[in-house]
Amino acid sequence: MVPTLAGRIQTRLALLAVIGGLVTALVGPFLPAAAPLSVRYHDAYLVLATVAILGIGWECLYHLLMQWRWEKDWPTLFGLLTLVPEGLLVWLLLQTGAVPALAGTVSPAAFCIQFLAVWLAVWLVANGPMRVPLLRWRFRGGRLV
Amino acid sequence: MRGTKSEPPTQVTRDGRQGFDLAPREPAVGGGDLTEELLASSWWSDAMVRAAGIPIVDVPFVTVGGGIGSFVTVDYLRIAGVAPDRIRVLSNIDIPWQTYEYLTRVSQIPGPERIRSDSASRPDNIWGFPSYALGEAIREKSLRSVWQVLVEPIFDDYYTPRVGHVFTALQREAKRIGYHQMLAKGQVRMVRRRHGGGYFTVLTPPRGTSQTQRVAYRSQFVHLAVGYPGLKFLPELQEFRTEQQDFHHVVSAYEDHEHIYNLARTKHVVVMLRGGGIVASRVLQRLMDDRARFGLSTEIVHLFRTYVSGAHGPNPWNRRKGGDGFAYQGFNYPKSVWGGQLKARVRKLEGDERARAYHLMGGTNTPRRRYWQAQLREGRAGGWYRTLSGTVEEMRLDGEMVVSRVKTAQGPVDVAADFLIDCTGLEADISEHRLLNDLLANSGAGRNPLGRLDVERTFQVRGTGSGSGAMYASGAATLGGYFPGVDTFLGLQIAAQEITDDLARRGFCRKIGPLRSTTQWLRWAANRQP
Repeated sequence: MVPTLAGRIQTRLALLAVIGGLVTALVGPFLPAAAPLSVRYHDAYLVLATVAILGIGWECLYHLLMQWRWEKDWPTLFGLLTLVPEGLLVWLLLQTGAVPALAGTVSPAAFCIQFLAVWLAVWLVANGPMRVPLLRWRFRGGRLV
Repeated sequence: MRGTKSEPPTQVTRDGRQGFDLAPREPAVGGGDLTEELLASSWWSDAMVRAAGIPIVDVPFVTVGGGIGSFVTVDYLRIAGVAPDRIRVLSNIDIPWQTYEYLTRVSQIPGPERIRSDSASRPDNIWGFPSYALGEAIREKSLRSVWQVLVEPIFDDYYTPRVGHVFTALQREAKRIGYHQMLAKGQVRMVRRRHGGGYFTVLTPPRGTSQTQRVAYRSQFVHLAVGYPGLKFLPELQEFRTEQQDFHHVVSAYEDHEHIYNLARTKHVVVMLRGGGIVASRVLQRLMDDRARFGLSTEIVHLFRTYVSGAHGPNPWNRRKGGDGFAYQGFNYPKSVWGGQLKARVRKLEGDERARAYHLMGGTNTPRRRYWQAQLREGRAGGWYRTLSGTVEEMRLDGEMVVSRVKTAQGPVDVAADFLIDCTGLEADISEHRLLNDLLANSGAGRNPLGRLDVERTFQVRGTGSGSGAMYASGAATLGGYFPGVDTFLGLQIAAQEITDDLARRGFCRKIGPLRSTTQWLRWAANRQP
């Protein structure tokens, strides 16, 4: 991908909202937790929102790092592997109670299932199918508006 | 010569049909050829063309060239809902990839080899999905190509598609959109503005196919995609070829030069290469592949005008890799010109500032492919691949050898070679192209900061407006505009998208929104007409 900063942020927010929201809805009932479904959904969407909000900061950092690349591109692999630092940070915040309004406890298994499912789905859509409805998206550095 | 008449045109309606006589061919009165009056006039009236006896064909949209640039533009328009009978492709070639196929073949990229193009740059598919790599994985039942895209360019070379597959895919799309029914064969002589709006595009049909020497296409919109204005040799090579009338020892990589590879299979030869771009790399690969495959003793002397010894650029944020003479870059331009930061930045630049941006990202370069690196290492170690840095002062023929006197930093060096292959790929000035030259002289077109055809961000040729009509141009002739990657597959598609969007604003076609884009993609996938 060859994103601009605005394109990065817009794409992340849109994909997490649409694809992330959909994937979370699908995996919600299967997340291992003793809490009722409503609590599981509440916490899962809270985790999703945390990824989105923190992501704005991450995208600024990625944009800065990208400046050292002559091509000013962001290779496909980077888009996949950044799940490691991002996932660790969200997990750390969950563990330290820094994520407000959690209704229950997010288990490591539940977090891993949801986070990986959302990340992979978003990454796959961004690397191909996104171009089908949004014909101009790739030529605008990922900007949607 | 600028014409004498310059009165403003009157309006024509938006669909490009009303206001024109819709008879397919108007009766000829004169001899059917260009008259002095027509040649001298910047603006033509219907009566002037009729008086010359040139038949008039009405069609709202005409694209001139008939290569990949015309093809992708027509593809976009068809997907945007324009019927084939509202488009004409005026061209002297039968299939859009004919010239490209010739150039890739002679410059050592035959069918099974791979071109220097990104996986998602598909001229047969405006969405770039599925990418070439995904298509190849499905076709060959192997994940090798998608794995390469996943790990490129860090752990593997950039994935690039096989040229044979590019042509097969283009053939399918050409059939799907009814390309051949839009094609009118012939040589386009000129485009002139029309009193009343729109343009006349004068076509010289192949001998025996028309009752008159010329046919005039009267259209509201014209698109020019005439490709490279022409090939230019390095001055000293041109001088040598002209003086010696020798087209055997000194050749361009863009012309057929199989005789060199054939002779190298029968005797020891020394080949001198000029240039450090992708074509030089391809020619080197062919020479080295043949050397290994047939056990040859071919020697190569590679002359660089600018020898790149390492990473280069003004600051750590603008530094391109390089080494062993070459500047390394995956594709023709830094990737972000096709949609990222560089595209956004250059779009805002004017004049000298834009020229400087082109200069910074430009320069001859080639991909750093692992296979080539291994071959060159072997050649250097074996002493049969040598490099020189400098310029040629003099060339002469000594028996069957071409001797070049090279001016190097250490002093002059004489290099004797059996053959010299010019891989510099210098391009001629746009005025060398008859149609573009006529446009500059008669239709109000001008030059951009790099001296090529000046186009707006919409790819409308600046200064050539005619009533509600518009003239667009894309491809190499427009290099230097607000979008840098014009002479590439994806660049031609970006131009086609801008042109289609502009035509939608003018009411000629529909805007391709998310819904239309999706339904049209489904039709593409099912190989159904747009």
